[in-house]
Amino acid sequence: MSASSDVGYHAQRQARWHYGEVAFWLIVLACGFAFPTRYLIMTDILRLALFAMSLDLVLGYAGIVSLGHAAFFGVGAYAAGLLALHGIINEPVLALIVAGLAAMVLGFATSFLVIRGVDLTRLMVTLGIALLLEALAERFSNITGGTDGLQGIEMQPIFGEIPFDMFGKAGFFYSLAVLFVLFLFARRVVHSPFGLSLRAIKNNPLRAAAIGIPVNRRLIAIYTLAAFYAGIAGALFTQTTAIASLDVFAFERSADLMLVLVIGGTGYLYGGLIGAVVFRLLQELFSTITPQYWQFWIGLVLVVIVLVGRQRLHRWVLYVPNLIIKQIAGRKAVVAVPESDA
Amino acid sequence: MTAILTNLFDGVAYGMLLFVLACGLAVTLGLMNFVNLAHGAFAMTGGYVCMVLVNRMGWPFFAALPLAFVSSAAIGIALERTLYRHLYSRSHLDQVLFTIGLTFMSVAAVDYIQGSSRVFIDLPAALQGQFDLFGVGIGRYRLMIIVICGLLTIALQMVLAKTRFGSRLRAAVDDPRAASGLGINVPQLFAFTFAFGCGLAGLGGALSAEILGLDPYFPLKFMIYFLIVVTVGGSSSITGPFLASLLLGIGDVAGKYYVPKMGPFVIYTMMIVILIWRPNGLFGRTAAR
Repeated sequence: MSASSDVGYHAQRQARWHYGEVAFWLIVLACGFAFPTRYLIMTDILRLALFAMSLDLVLGYAGIVSLGHAAFFGVGAYAAGLLALHGIINEPVLALIVAGLAAMVLGFATSFLVIRGVDLTRLMVTLGIALLLEALAERFSNITGGTDGLQGIEMQPIFGEIPFDMFGKAGFFYSLAVLFVLFLFARRVVHSPFGLSLRAIKNNPLRAAAIGIPVNRRLIAIYTLAAFYAGIAGALFTQTTAIASLDVFAFERSADLMLVLVIGGTGYLYGGLIGAVVFRLLQELFSTITPQYWQFWIGLVLVVIVLVGRQRLHRWVLYVPNLIIKQIAGRKAVVAVPESDA
Repeated sequence: MTAILTNLFDGVAYGMLLFVLACGLAVTLGLMNFVNLAHGAFAMTGGYVCMVLVNRMGWPFFAALPLAFVSSAAIGIALERTLYRHLYSRSHLDQVLFTIGLTFMSVAAVDYIQGSSRVFIDLPAALQGQFDLFGVGIGRYRLMIIVICGLLTIALQMVLAKTRFGSRLRAAVDDPRAASGLGINVPQLFAFTFAFGCGLAGLGGALSAEILGLDPYFPLKFMIYFLIVVTVGGSSSITGPFLASLLLGIGDVAGKYYVPKMGPFVIYTMMIVILIWRPNGLFGRTAAR
């Protein structure tokens, strides 16, 4: 077998659907029917998962550390809010896509700044862009509603058929469908030659360039795509909660997002989804213990995770599931330890 | 004309304050390539220590300032020895996560201990108000800041340029590996510099309570300012961050005065433009490698 077909074989094998993945999505779907009183928080988790998946694309696959991912979330959120408020596009799915595209345009425009310089410059520029947008949203309060946010958003039925109900059932399944479709696309992208080239860039940009990968163009492409995803997540936020306020741009949102991804692990797409569940549960737990100071515990979790080491932590967490899978299936565990990142 | 000069004066005071606050960060980044987003937390600590000493215990303001320095430096060195030093060899992502975590913890802890509202330090009467100098309004407090920070800057520059310690530090910043090969104890040097940087931040925090406002969210609000100073100024010398601080201070004050509606817009735009133009900072070598 020649080297290139060997590589192709392994790449294809990696890209195949595992039973674990099918089970994961079935469980997610089952949750929708099992907890009919918890739609609101589950929708919140789905949104967060989508947002985290977006960051995973740039951080886990391309190795760009971004502190301002909320910028795209916010643009998506306000775009969806404004479209619905002024009745420009009433159909939610179409509005969702338009809002995503708006974030994508911003992502494309700012990607040129982000690909320049080193980690620190990237941190600065991403953070700066998010802060800039927050300042802009505050400045143009006649459009954005300032600190009060956009109010009185009324969502029209999805496809003109399914109305958003007050229990959030429609919102949940709508979000789930959007998440799943976008996940399928992201999965396709990261397992494509394009996705593989991104990993090469992350591991060593210089070598990647030497074997003929157009590093900057690839980074621009993935950053733009991730911006689209984040925009969709933001738009979902507005559509399912019917509000959009200045805090969509907040630094805390970007920082929390990093925590979500770090809990779940980067570079295998499910990290964001699992992390979102764990993060939200942790947040619920902390805010029941100390309503006002839950941020302290979130910070503590971050510090502990880093000190223990993300790799080690994931090995511990996955130890039991891997053991069970090994026993039952009698083969190598399907739940792999996520690869190292950044 | 006098308005311009007054603005310039305020901007310089603001810039010098930023320099004292941020120059510790420049060393951390330059020497250990460590992204310390929790730097503002040390500044906040100093500010609150000063506030408690002056307002609650009746210390004179000028006696509380050194204490602000010492307390921040002590916390800095304790954290450096126990936590930070494990992270020098880690990825930037780990460092960012860790220091964001610390920042969140400090914000919540101060909020818990002192409440979330803005605090003020009772200033001695001699520092309040302003006087006219050739028609230019000069705030006494700001003048004091310029004097203190100016003296500090000169002292720092002298230490860096003239003393043995300074030359070791410069060597370590330029090339830590070669420096340790020459027998310079880089980790020790770094621990000391880190503590000193934290102390300066604490002093800056105490001084800035009047101008920047001191509340538990201080580390988050001013994180971007410190980072701007460091990325724009670079870390190869002390002049880079100093000039960057002045530029930032004057730009911010002028921006808020002349285009108040744009608010913080001016400096963010300025920063992004500078980083596009010179991705590695305006002055000399980049802070991060």
